[in-house]
Amino acid sequence: MKKTDVIIIGAGPVGLFAVHQLGIKGLNAVVIDNLDKAGGQCIELYPDKPIYDIPAVPECTGEQLTTRLLEQIKPFKTEIFLNERVEEVHQEKENWVVKTNNKKEFIAPNVLIAGGIGSFEPRKISLKEAEKLEGKSVFYSVRKKDQFKDKKISIFGGGDSALDWALELSKFSKITLIHRRNEFRGAQHTLSEIKKLENEGKVSIKTPCQIEALDDEKHLKFITIKFDDGKKEKIPTDIILGFFGLIMKLGPIAEWGLNMDKKTIEVNPKNFETSKKGIFAAGDICSYPGKLKLILSGFHEVALASVECFKRARPNEKYRFEFTTSSKTIQDRLGKK
Amino acid sequence: MPKITYKDCQGNSKIIEVESGLSVMEGAIQNEIPGIDADCGGSMACATCHVYINENWFNKIPKAEDAEVDMIDMAFEPKKNSRLSCQIIVTDDLEGLEVSTPEKQT
Repeated sequence: MKKTDVIIIGAGPVGLFAVHQLGIKGLNAVVIDNLDKAGGQCIELYPDKPIYDIPAVPECTGEQLTTRLLEQIKPFKTEIFLNERVEEVHQEKENWVVKTNNKKEFIAPNVLIAGGIGSFEPRKISLKEAEKLEGKSVFYSVRKKDQFKDKKISIFGGGDSALDWALELSKFSKITLIHRRNEFRGAQHTLSEIKKLENEGKVSIKTPCQIEALDDEKHLKFITIKFDDGKKEKIPTDIILGFFGLIMKLGPIAEWGLNMDKKTIEVNPKNFETSKKGIFAAGDICSYPGKLKLILSGFHEVALASVECFKRARPNEKYRFEFTTSSKTIQDRLGKK
Repeated sequence: MPKITYKDCQGNSKIIEVESGLSVMEGAIQNEIPGIDADCGGSMACATCHVYINENWFNKIPKAEDAEVDMIDMAFEPKKNSRLSCQIIVTDDLEGLEVSTPEKQT
């Protein structure tokens, strides 16, 4: 079990800036995120889209913002645990113990939930046969390519993931690419490669249509797709790969006994503490009168929460407010001479 | 104020007066219409305010931009008349607009 001062749940901009605000106060933190990279919604939903309302940064993309935040927190050498979803939070005396889906455990006097709208999870096919075959014949990501060798694969989706995997897997399998619209959204190069493979008969493209049924809930042989005009077609299929994008799910957070307002966590706007002492929430996931879901609001929220975290983590020390421009201690912590 | 009809998947409907300038999503949230979640708060970053537009209305409202159509790919059971209700701004021209909410949003 890893011991620290603050366990931050969520590696989006607000979670990352929390590392900074805690770090300059001399507190250690760990960050846990369900995605495979830091950045949260900024990276997952709009890496290339410009953001215009970060103070003193007239324009930057979600990706640039993430890169800069990671740069800003580098001096604190904080560990970020990715691909880990926090499942459980429970109290042990003055501390909180946090457990992830991969059985990692952390203990700290403070937990800061900067979880946005919850964790990102793949949207799934809403047929019950698909649910039963998940992990056997139905997949929403590709972990080991070999698993998909010499198979008849039906790939669903119209974005980059669907197109990239159609290209890659067509090298050793028969691919049918199925999308609900005629337009695919991907890099120009990828689109022309796909067209080429279609002309060569290596990839078959079916649009505009959606999945209608799976023939068997034990051994998949066929799927039925339905075109917009009502026509149906059976496609021989061993493997279904669905790339319908990610949806955000609040997930286990709802079960931690915190006071909630719909899908957000109620906090005291003085220190961003939730209804449980030592558990804080900031960013899109918290709610208080007048809350705005802006990145800059999240930055403010973690600055205030970090003060309360300090008091809990260092009960015998006096908190002293300091400016980064003039504090020798802070400059040392930032590695500045 | 324009009246908007929100229908659920069982056919129950509610007529709400929504102030011009608000989105169809905001009209739903402020009046606690079930079936519209709007997790991202209207930034076109999720698809949980997804609605089906009544066929007579679909071509009368301003068309969806590419980013919205891409996001609808991620909605639960999208159809030809799918839209994100956060992107439809209520004006007097929308008097009588009818939208239906899907069985669920996620």
